[in-house]
Amino acid sequence: MSGPTSQGTASDPSSMPETAIEIAARVRAGEVSARSVVEATFARIGAHEAEIHAFTTLTGEQALAAADEVDRKVAAGEDPGPLAGVPIALKDNLCTRGVTTTCSSKILEHWVPPYDATVVRRLARAGAIAVGKTNLDEFAMGSSTESSAFGPTRNPWDLTKVPGGSSGGSAAAVAAGFVPLALGSDTGGSIRQPAALCGVVGVKPTYGVVSRYGLIAFASSLDQIGPFATTVSDAAALLESIGGHDARDSTSLAVAAPRCSEVLGDGVEGLRVGVIGDFLNDASPDCSSAVRAAAEVLAAAGAKVDDVSIPELLHGLSAYYLIAPAEASSNLARYDGVRYGLRVDGPDVETMNARTRAAGFGPEVKRRIMLGTYVLSAGYYDAYYAQAQRVRTLVARAFARAYGQFDVLLAPTTPSVAFDLGAKTSDPLEMYLADLFTIPSNLAGHPAMTVPFALGEGGLPVGVQIFAPALGEREMFRAGVVVEAGADPAASGPVPMGSVDTGAAGGVR
Amino acid sequence: MPEDLSAETVAHVARLARLELTPEESETYASQLSAILEHVEAVRKLDTTGVPETSHALDLRNVLRPDDLATSLTPEDVLSGAPAVEDGRFLVPRILGEAP
Repeated sequence: MSGPTSQGTASDPSSMPETAIEIAARVRAGEVSARSVVEATFARIGAHEAEIHAFTTLTGEQALAAADEVDRKVAAGEDPGPLAGVPIALKDNLCTRGVTTTCSSKILEHWVPPYDATVVRRLARAGAIAVGKTNLDEFAMGSSTESSAFGPTRNPWDLTKVPGGSSGGSAAAVAAGFVPLALGSDTGGSIRQPAALCGVVGVKPTYGVVSRYGLIAFASSLDQIGPFATTVSDAAALLESIGGHDARDSTSLAVAAPRCSEVLGDGVEGLRVGVIGDFLNDASPDCSSAVRAAAEVLAAAGAKVDDVSIPELLHGLSAYYLIAPAEASSNLARYDGVRYGLRVDGPDVETMNARTRAAGFGPEVKRRIMLGTYVLSAGYYDAYYAQAQRVRTLVARAFARAYGQFDVLLAPTTPSVAFDLGAKTSDPLEMYLADLFTIPSNLAGHPAMTVPFALGEGGLPVGVQIFAPALGEREMFRAGVVVEAGADPAASGPVPMGSVDTGAAGGVR
Repeated sequence: MPEDLSAETVAHVARLARLELTPEESETYASQLSAILEHVEAVRKLDTTGVPETSHALDLRNVLRPDDLATSLTPEDVLSGAPAVEDGRFLVPRILGEAP
């Protein structure tokens, strides 16, 4: 495999940024200082963040201090780590000691965690430089980043479009060329959907491969942290740095992080690829034709490609919108005005709790708490929640049947390209449908990734999704890197932000 | 359009969820929750006879570790985000009725 070509130098803010692997190699070799990389990063952010609004918090001082430590290690001949000097953005539901962690919610607007998430510690150990916290749908509940209490993030490809969600800030930060890497969390598609809409690579690992310690819980049986990157090989490198068993997460698998980098040159000769036909009818023509074209790329590279029908997967959406709110209503009970976050006073504890939550949560979070509480309440539990759990079993069994015949499955990531800001905010159901193709892998706990592949309607990027069975990351990445090599290079970020005409594109239609 | 949830049901659920809702919010959620529940009707009608429930994708087991001493957060750290603190504890408004 040949390496990606260098598009510019890290010290020149006007040039296109390099990949994470290129930056780390040059910092480790002493060819460029981590400090200059970080300074160039903040120059890019400073030039365009006002239009994009990818971040809730920027941590320039801490980033420069961390960069200086990397440079000191390089000068002293110590190992600065595999991601030495690589700037990374963190979704603002990952706890960072001493740095505000808001979940884009008023209830945590001023909360400063007393500890770091495991992934944050591991990134620091790997030499990566956290540059800020990224905007999200409030408590990761949404598919457009419009439910953030601090205002929406805009899609760098077209400022009138949503970046997707809930990890829209992380996707936009990578697509805008602010950072080569970012972390998000994926409960029903919250990494893959925004990655697809922003033309970047997004990976949801197998449930339990990445520690959730310090990830603020939304739906604990579905949540998983994963990478955003501009290339498949960068995503593999990031997953290797954050994955692996963690004693602080009781659901963490007792396995090492999947070593995907080493199989990226293996090709797909003989790999059995199933194209999920049921999904193609529910996707717009540009999204379904991208899947067909990616299947041809894999077949031309020697994969054995065939169609497969797995109709049970389409029931996943309804099961998800019962299970996820149920778990959320329980997880968000902790925001009661007692131990952290906002408090609105009242004459007694229960009134204080109810007023605090009324003032602190936005409409989408309240809606899901109400729905989750309803389906868990006496008299409805079996009809809704237990039935959804049985459908979850049906989804897992349907996947198991398909994986008897195939190593990986191919599907659209999203039903359409990025939609207009405001287009779906008044109809929650319409917004929920944006997750139709991503949800099944969360229900089953399987890995999935999206790779930018083509330009669709309006010249916006279209992603192709690759599913694999539990711990099938290596086969998934083998397919991913071949799909990437056959993709339209114009379809992947970073977008050359310098050429964006902000005067025209910034206006609301 | 599906029938909206009753005002009593919405009030009951809001009380369970410790959410103070405005009358407008109650009306909105009554109709939106009905629409969402209507959408998931297809799932309720699926034949799942004999299908076990999956609460978790993994085969979860109890995780034990040796009972070793280790550092943890300090009391100051734990209380650092609390809205009100007194004598090293979380301070809340009264929970029971007035003391006799």
